[in-house]
Amino acid sequence: MNTDLLSLARDLVAALEKCDEAAADEILDQVAGLRETQLFKEIGRLTRQLHDTMVSFSVDSKIAAMAEHDIPDAKERLHYVIAMTEQAADQTLTAVEELMPVSDELSGQVNQLSAQWNRFLDREMPFEEFKAMSADLSQYFEQSRVSLDKIQAGLNDILMAQGFQDITGQIIRRVIDLVQDLEGSMVNLIKISSRKITPSSGAALQPEVPGPVVPGVDDRAGDVATSQVDVDDLLSSLGF
Amino acid sequence: MRILVVDDFSTMRRIVKNLLKDLGFTNTVEADDGKTALPILEKGGIDFLITDWNMPGMTGIDLLKAVRSTPSLANLPVLMVTAEAKREQIIMAAQAGVNGYVIKPFTAATLKEKIEKIFERIDG
Repeated sequence: MNTDLLSLARDLVAALEKCDEAAADEILDQVAGLRETQLFKEIGRLTRQLHDTMVSFSVDSKIAAMAEHDIPDAKERLHYVIAMTEQAADQTLTAVEELMPVSDELSGQVNQLSAQWNRFLDREMPFEEFKAMSADLSQYFEQSRVSLDKIQAGLNDILMAQGFQDITGQIIRRVIDLVQDLEGSMVNLIKISSRKITPSSGAALQPEVPGPVVPGVDDRAGDVATSQVDVDDLLSSLGF
Repeated sequence: MRILVVDDFSTMRRIVKNLLKDLGFTNTVEADDGKTALPILEKGGIDFLITDWNMPGMTGIDLLKAVRSTPSLANLPVLMVTAEAKREQIIMAAQAGVNGYVIKPFTAATLKEKIEKIFERIDG
């Protein structure tokens, strides 16, 4: 059958190259005829398979099983991914929010002490003030050790919070596998039920709000701004 | 200067709040969608609105339209900070009267630049 189709296709190309429309039309008819025979043969094959309902049911039941178990399971997994990423972001933000005042304080103290130190180097500092500064310096060293320990601990927290990536990566990969499985089963089902996949009239269901642009997926049509520069250009073209 | 930050994700609100603090704006209020934001705005005392677009309940674009159609809020500066990046959406926001549009993920420098630009225009 495939060799028939192949030779017909070659003939068709040859006819088209020779601009022989009549011959080309005839070959196209033959192809259509071949397709019909193919269709009848397929119906025959499916009829023969009818006694073995398990075969055709297996696809159905696989999809049913997926709908019943795997898809809710995948939803749970993805919810867990959201929860984990949120927790990691929270943990990181908490650490940063706690560290910012510590670093601000250190920075303020350093500025103050270095101003005093410069006065000392310039020999502008009376002895009494020098004694006070020495005490300040000792205190600063003591305090900065505590602050630096806090910073170290906070940085450690931030480091540990990144552990989510490994786990969420694995979970998402499993969900991708499931989607691939589902895709395979759906294609099989469509093959069994109608032989041909006719693309639906509309594009895929569009959510009300398009959401984040995924590079390589949502920017193919060229109707999205891919950077802030793009946005700024568009706005300035509108008179912003 | 009292700023209302509207986003359904608390982490994003915290990021924006921290960046604002770094820019010297410490007086911030939070809301998690347009529905909760609108009463806060109507109560008065908010000088600047930063909002996400895609939120459950009431979206940012609807909030923007509601703000513009409320006489007491019509002139409130609004900065949209959103992952929505379709050209038609940016145009829609511009037509609805947004004062600035920042797409996520954004940098601290971008947010600073847009906020400063908005205030420059108001002062000037």
